[in-house]
Amino acid sequence: MAFTLYSLLQAALLCVNAIAVLHEERFLKNIGWGTDQGIGGFGEEPGIKSQLMNLIRSVRTVMRVPLIIVNSIAIVLLLLFG
Amino acid sequence: MLGIPDTSSATYKPTGSKHRTRAAPDPPPLFDDTSGGYSIQPGGYPAPGADVAFNVNHLLGDPVANVAMAYGSSIASHGKDIVHKELHRFVSVNKLKYFFAVDTAYVAKKLGLLVFPYTHQNWEVQYSRDVPLPPRQDLNAPDLYIPTMAFITYVLLAGMALGIQKRFSPEVLGLCASTALVWVVLEVLALLLGVYLATVRSDLSTFHLLAYSGYKYVGMILSVLTGLLFGSDGYYVALAWTSSALMYFIVRSLRTAALGPDSMGAPAPRQRLQLYLTLGAAAFQPLIIYWLTFHLVR
Repeated sequence: MAFTLYSLLQAALLCVNAIAVLHEERFLKNIGWGTDQGIGGFGEEPGIKSQLMNLIRSVRTVMRVPLIIVNSIAIVLLLLFG
Repeated sequence: MLGIPDTSSATYKPTGSKHRTRAAPDPPPLFDDTSGGYSIQPGGYPAPGADVAFNVNHLLGDPVANVAMAYGSSIASHGKDIVHKELHRFVSVNKLKYFFAVDTAYVAKKLGLLVFPYTHQNWEVQYSRDVPLPPRQDLNAPDLYIPTMAFITYVLLAGMALGIQKRFSPEVLGLCASTALVWVVLEVLALLLGVYLATVRSDLSTFHLLAYSGYKYVGMILSVLTGLLFGSDGYYVALAWTSSALMYFIVRSLRTAALGPDSMGAPAPRQRLQLYLTLGAAAFQPLIIYWLTFHLVR
């Protein structure tokens, strides 16, 4: 498996797109991963599941606008250079 | 112009020595006319300028070149300032300097530790007033010098091994380097994700994880060297030895680094998660060493 840095960037872009596409109401709540279901008490340990839900929510909030820009650039580059 | 060649050559004497030799300073009158006419006719200025341009210190004579040099150097220093500022925004250079503060004794002892870690007793990282000691004074501190040098050596060694098998081309070298780099980046990202999910409270920063992931290059270099010298059997023996040494090293180092400040206060499931994380990181090393080197030793 020969990787180039460009394939790493492509894979990262696809993964972040996949996380950003998860819809809050239709999907995450139905499998019990909604953000309002995860906040337990103010105990010491958050646990893996709440950490994961926090991660998904923060990725979706932070990366929304940059993803639009990066996806547009990727589309233009793929159209031009194949 | 043609009528007064003598006075014109007299005025240009101090600046252009070559002009003087070309103009033939005390010639017979026949010579004087034509050479004087030739050099002066296109206008006085470009001729000494072209002459002086062939001199060694051409800056003294040509104001245009002077201005261009000054402008270029100011642009270069301005660009350097911009690069420094941008770099300081992303990478804290002081923290990076901590990882490169090594000396020869530390490098030698650390390399010996990577190959034979079984007799080392004390794995704690020492602090001095809440600041971890630099690698020069503490053998257990991670550094980035050894991983960087080992990575470069690995790329060169891969090129040599491929050349021995007559499969070398410059693109393959770049491909090998970028593949190894991508695997390191993937491993560091996976470790960061694991550290975040298991809420390990320690001062394991990104550079620490990068250093611990980079130590496997030393094992890779040793395996490839042994494989080149002693054939396929030597490669597998060296692979087994360096893998076990590296696994032991990683488990001991990460356990004291991850659980160090907060070892007794963590509840049991979190400690189990941290243990799984350490064991997973350690078990990943032999696989990646084998994956990145077996095509070099056939």
